[in-house]
Amino acid sequence: MSEYKGVMVLGEITEGKLAPITIELLGIGRRLANDLGEELSLLLMGGKAGVLAREAIAYGANKVYVAEDSLFDEYNSDTYTQWISNFCQKTMPSILLIGHTDIGCDLAPRLNGRLRGGLAMDAVNLSIDPSTKLLVSTRPIFGGNAYAKVVSRFARPQMATVRTKIFPPAERDDSRQGEIVSVAEKVDPSIIKAKVIDRIKEEFEGVKLEDAEVIVSGGHGIGSAKNFELLWELARLLGGTVGATRRACDEGWVPVTRQIGQSGKVVSPKLYIAVALSGAMSHIVGCLGSKCIVAINKDPEANIFNVAHFGIVADYKEVLPVLIEKFKEQRSP
Amino acid sequence: MHTIVCIKQVPDPEIPPAKFKIDPVAKKVIPPPGVPPVISVYDERAVEAACRLKDKHKGKITVLSLGSEKATDVVRHAISMGADEGYVLQDEAFENLDSFGTAYVLGKAIQKIGGYDLILCGRQAADWGAGQVGSILAEILGLPIITLACDIQVEDKKLKIKRILKDGFEIVEAPTPAVATVSSEIGLPRLPAGVALMLARRKQIPIWKAKDIGADLSELDPSKVHTEITEIFIPTRERKCEMIPGATPAEVATNLVSKLVKLI
Ligand SMILES: Cc1cc2nc3c(=O)[nH]c(=O)nc-3n(C[C@H](O)[C@H](O)[C@H](O)COP(=O)(O)OP(=O)(O)OC[C@H]3O[C@@H](n4cnc5c(N)ncnc54)[C@H](O)[C@@H]3O)c2cc1C
Ligand SMILES: Nc1ncnc2c1ncn2[C@@H]1O[C@H](COP(=O)(O)O)[C@@H](O)[C@H]1O
Repeated sequence: MSEYKGVMVLGEITEGKLAPITIELLGIGRRLANDLGEELSLLLMGGKAGVLAREAIAYGANKVYVAEDSLFDEYNSDTYTQWISNFCQKTMPSILLIGHTDIGCDLAPRLNGRLRGGLAMDAVNLSIDPSTKLLVSTRPIFGGNAYAKVVSRFARPQMATVRTKIFPPAERDDSRQGEIVSVAEKVDPSIIKAKVIDRIKEEFEGVKLEDAEVIVSGGHGIGSAKNFELLWELARLLGGTVGATRRACDEGWVPVTRQIGQSGKVVSPKLYIAVALSGAMSHIVGCLGSKCIVAINKDPEANIFNVAHFGIVADYKEVLPVLIEKFKEQRSP
Repeated sequence: MHTIVCIKQVPDPEIPPAKFKIDPVAKKVIPPPGVPPVISVYDERAVEAACRLKDKHKGKITVLSLGSEKATDVVRHAISMGADEGYVLQDEAFENLDSFGTAYVLGKAIQKIGGYDLILCGRQAADWGAGQVGSILAEILGLPIITLACDIQVEDKKLKIKRILKDGFEIVEAPTPAVATVSSEIGLPRLPAGVALMLARRKQIPIWKAKDIGADLSELDPSKVHTEITEIFIPTRERKCEMIPGATPAEVATNLVSKLVKLI
C-alpha cells in the first residue's frame, strides 16, 4: 500500500478556466497533502489544458499533469474512465479528489469500480486521521438526516467526490514553484460505447438559481402550477428566482431543474423564503448555506422552523399577497 | 425486451426528521416503531421506467433485491406495478456489504438470470445513499453505464437515454445490453390496481443464497471491504427561529418586511 503516495485532484475546465470546484479542491487538497507530508498534484485534461498549468501551481499544486488532447474537451464516460484509470495505475495517488459535479457524479463511481478503490460520494468534510494517516470523508446519509465518516483501510486510491462551495477556494500565490508534466498517452476513441448525441441547456427565466440573491421556494403545499405564479411575483419583485422541492417538481408544477436539495441544486442566497414546504433534510441540505431563511407554513411543527431564522405560521395564500404589497410599498416610498 | 431492476428495501425516508434516531455505538439507524420499510424511492422509479418500456415494447421485467427475507415485500410491490418475476438474495454472507460486495452479489444473480437487454438501478439508495452500486455493477459486467436517466427509449437494440445535468439535459446513445441509473425526474411511479396487488401477494418469490448464484464467499470477506463507516452522527442544530408576530396577515407581513429590509 505504501507505493501509493500523494494527493491528486482531478481538475475541471469550464469556459477555458479552472473550474471554481477545482480551485476549492486545490485548497483542501493542499491541507491534506501537508498533513501527510506528501505532494499535491493536479490532472488537467483537454486540448488547451496546458495554458492553465501555471495558474494551478499558483493555487498550490506541486505538480500538474497535462493531457492535451481535444478529445477530452467534452466529457465522455467511456474515454475518461479508461484513460484516468490507466493514468492512476501508473501514478498511484493515495488520495484522489473529484468535484461532486455533473462529471464527478458520473465518473467517480465508475472509476472506483475500475480501480477497485474506496470512494465516498458528496463529501462535506475531509481530514487525515492523525494516527492512521487515512483519509476520513464525512458524507450525508439517510437523505441528510445524519452524516457518516467513511474510511478506506485496504483499497487505493482513497477517493471522494467533494460538494461544491463547501471548502474555500485556494489562495493564489504566483511565487509558488512546481513541475509541469505533459502526458503523451492518447485515448483510443474506438472504446466509446455510450455517445452523447445532444445537449440541451435549460433556458432560465431571470437569474440562475446558483447566482440568485433571493430565492422563493415552494413545496407541495402550494397546490398547483398556477399558484406558483404568486411565488414568481414575489421573486421578480425582489430580483430573485423560484426554486422548489422534489414533491413540487414531481407534480410538474415547476421544471425539474429548479429542484433544490440533496439530489437537486445546492444554493446559498442571501434570502431563502420557504413556502409551504415541510423542510425534509434532503431539501434543507440544499439551502442551509443561505444567510437568512424565512419559513411560511401552516403547520407549527414543520421541520422547516428548526432551521429558519424567521417563521410565520399561516396559510401562504393569506400571507404572500400582502407580503408582496408591503414589499412594493417599501420599495416605492 | 428484458429489463432487470435492482431494488432495495429501506427504512421509510419520509418520516419527520424529529423521529429519526441513530445508535451511534452500533453505527446503525433505529427504525421508528410501527413504520414499515419501503422500496427505495429511486428504485421505485426505476421499476416505473421498466414498466413504461414494457408498455411500449412488451417483454419482461425481473426484479432483484438483496436484503432480509422481508425484502419479498418490495419485490411484491414491484410485481404489482408490472414486474413479472422477482428474487430476494439473502444469506448470512450478504450482511453488512459495502458497494463492491453488493454489486458483486447482484452481478452474480444477474449472470444467473441472463438474457437481459437493460439493467436498471436507482441513482442512489435512500438509506446509506452510496450512489455507486449501479456503476460498479456495470464495471463488473463490462457493460456501458448511463447515469441519472430521466427518460429511456429503445429502438433496434439501441438505447436513447436522456440524462439530467445541473443546468439541462443530454441525450446519450448506447448499445444494449447496458446499465442505467434512474433519477426521480423520470416521473411519478404508477399506483398498482387492486387485482395486481392481489396477484402479487400470491406470487412465489424465490430466495437465493450464496450457493444458488455461485457467489465466491472469499469475495465477500470483511478484510476485502473497500469502505468502512467509522462513525455516524446527527448534527446538532440550535433552533433559533424568531416567530413574526401580528394579529392579521397585513401586520405579520409588515413586521417581516421590516426585519428583511437590511438584508435585501
Ligand atoms: C434520497 C432522497 C433524496 C431526496 N432529495 C430531495 C431533494 O433534493 N430535494 C427535495 O426537495 N426533496 C428531496 N427528497 C424528498 C424529501 O424527502 C421530501 O419528500 C420533500 O422535500 C418534501 O417536499 P415538500 O416539503 O414540498 O412536501 P411535504 O413534505 O408534503 O410538505 C408540504 C408542507 O406544506 C405545508 N402546507 C400545506 N398547505 C399549506 C398552505 N396552504 N400554507 C402553508 N403551508 C402549507 C404543510 O404543512 C407541509 O409542511 C429526497 C428524498 C430522498 C429519500
Ligand atoms: N441491497 C440492494 N438490493 C438491490 N439493489 C440494490 C441494493 N443496494 C443498492 N442497490 C441498487 O443500487 C442503487 C444504488 O445504491 P447505492 O450505491 O447503495 O446508493 C440502488 O438504487 C439500487 O438500485
